[in-house]
Amino acid sequence: MPDSVLVNSAALQTVVSDGVICRLLGDWNVQQLSTRGAVLARRQVLAQVKSTTRWDLSGIQTLDAVGAQLLWQAWGQCIPPDTVLTPSQQALLEVLAQHPIAAAPAPQAIQWYGWIIAIGHGCYVAANHGRELLLLLGGLVVNLGLLLARPSRGPWREISAQIFRVGAQALGITALVGFLIGIVLSYLSAQQLAVFGAGQFIVKLLGVATVRELGPVLAAILVAGRSGSSITAQIGVMRVTQELDAMQVMGISHGQRLIMPRVIALAIAMPLLVLWTDAVALLGGMLAAKWQLGLSMTWFFERLPDAIGLTNYWISVIKGVTFGGWIALAACHFGLQIEPNTESLGRGTTASVVTSITGVILIDALYAILFNEMNL
Amino acid sequence: MTTSAAIAQPSVVLLNNDMATPLIDVQDLTTAFGSHVVHEHLNLKIYPKEILALVGGSGSGKTTLLRQILGLDRPRSGVVKVFGRPVHDYVGAERIALTHRWGMLFQAGALFSALPVFDNIALPLREVHHLPEDLIRDVVLMRLSWMGLTPRDAALMPSELSGGMIKRVALARALALDPELLFLDEPTAGLDPQRSDEFVDLIRVLHRELGFTVVMVTHDLDTIGALATRVAVLAEKKVLVEGALEQVMQTQHPFIDAFFHGERGVRALGGHEAKGVSHGKP
Repeated sequence: MPDSVLVNSAALQTVVSDGVICRLLGDWNVQQLSTRGAVLARRQVLAQVKSTTRWDLSGIQTLDAVGAQLLWQAWGQCIPPDTVLTPSQQALLEVLAQHPIAAAPAPQAIQWYGWIIAIGHGCYVAANHGRELLLLLGGLVVNLGLLLARPSRGPWREISAQIFRVGAQALGITALVGFLIGIVLSYLSAQQLAVFGAGQFIVKLLGVATVRELGPVLAAILVAGRSGSSITAQIGVMRVTQELDAMQVMGISHGQRLIMPRVIALAIAMPLLVLWTDAVALLGGMLAAKWQLGLSMTWFFERLPDAIGLTNYWISVIKGVTFGGWIALAACHFGLQIEPNTESLGRGTTASVVTSITGVILIDALYAILFNEMNL
Repeated sequence: MTTSAAIAQPSVVLLNNDMATPLIDVQDLTTAFGSHVVHEHLNLKIYPKEILALVGGSGSGKTTLLRQILGLDRPRSGVVKVFGRPVHDYVGAERIALTHRWGMLFQAGALFSALPVFDNIALPLREVHHLPEDLIRDVVLMRLSWMGLTPRDAALMPSELSGGMIKRVALARALALDPELLFLDEPTAGLDPQRSDEFVDLIRVLHRELGFTVVMVTHDLDTIGALATRVAVLAEKKVLVEGALEQVMQTQHPFIDAFFHGERGVRALGGHEAKGVSHGKP
């Protein structure tokens, strides 16, 4: 078989051997080799050529680095003796000879205890994040102290810009989501209450649930997704473009100029957003109650003060402040952790949003226990 | 401007017979950003195997011209022909085939920051599909070694590289598919003189061995003196003069005086004729 003319259909007569001289023809470039099966076919044909055969490459039209590498591999990392080459092919193959390539290292055996290492590493990373967050919080307290001592030097312009961005510009989306949730909640409860003929209790049910729990959590989740991610990405890109380093060189503190304004802004904007969400959700609830139970909106509105009570509003506000501060702090933390590459930017933003939402729900649970113990 | 018209004829130094058909033909190009006109009726031809240096002051639209040749930007009017066809006429599979025929070295490297060095260079090879991974590995490692990098560098991330290494890796990536056309945007900017000389040498050797055509934008007179077989000066919104370096330097124009005959120019190119550089010729 090797003594006959070797013609592989896929190789398209690129290797022609009569047992004495093996002629290579056609294109040996990346364009030809990148068709399906081309490399495999040529490798098979090349492997069948006897080791004593002389090679003639002068028939090759184009030979590029990929084609040369293919021949080089087939020849066992050397040019066979008495090979006919054009000068440019000679030059190309000499370059290959000058740059020998080490054999591929054997793949490392998978360690059976890898999962223990993974768990340990996970704990270490989490603990490190906790520590960094704590340091950030400490720095924030110090900066807030400095701000109280000399309010005139505070970054007020930055704070007001941030309040506009995280607060005013979030009014639309929080209103939409709040309104829809209000309708859904009222609609479903009204069906159940109507069974018992206790339709008027909808005011108390809806009011307390919305103001105390749903409003703050809903607004916090929206703000975490909306503003938390943008803060993380913004600070992360500042790391990529060395703006953070530039600030440090100029003696501008990250804590004072980046973190504190965002935390203050969210701590101010968040309770306002929570109250806004509460109000719109109640409006949605009112409308649904009107359609479903025929309760008039004026009646619903007049019963609200008795049903909810001022305490619940204060709880709502307190939750808003904590959630806002937490979201800003977590977002800044993950932003500062970002390394100067795109992958890290994506990962950091995801981690920021996931952590702040999980944290919000955790803090909410703690508040539930706390306020229950206080009989509020 | 009879002199510049005479110089603009490709009567120049070079080299082989396929001079007649330009690889890139920029015809009557006009570019403007809003009311700010960058190019007006600009014409430029680039011939096979030459190393053309695009020279011009800051804001003279060198990089913009490069981006238009690559089809990244669209000119307001005029045609950019690459391999004989308007660059914007290449669509779909043709456009992909076209991108396999050129490589671009961006000024800051534009390495994919999420991928290690090895994958950065392997990416174009993997993108053509059906090349076996062991072949890709050998090609990539050979390229790295050729660029003066070690297999250990292959595992580094772009953020861990020095400026000179970024340029080398970016060059290896630009050359991954053995392109016929290589675009260099400020190839030596940000390198120290020694690294810069090494990089210029590297490009010269590669040009000799692989025989591609180079279009480079640069401010660096040393690079121009060492590499360029032809220089095109962009000023007054068009190609003011083009030709061999000596011819360009003899042209009377305030920009050329300042650029080539200023203190830096004399220092870099002073012994140019004396050295008798037969630049670019193999």
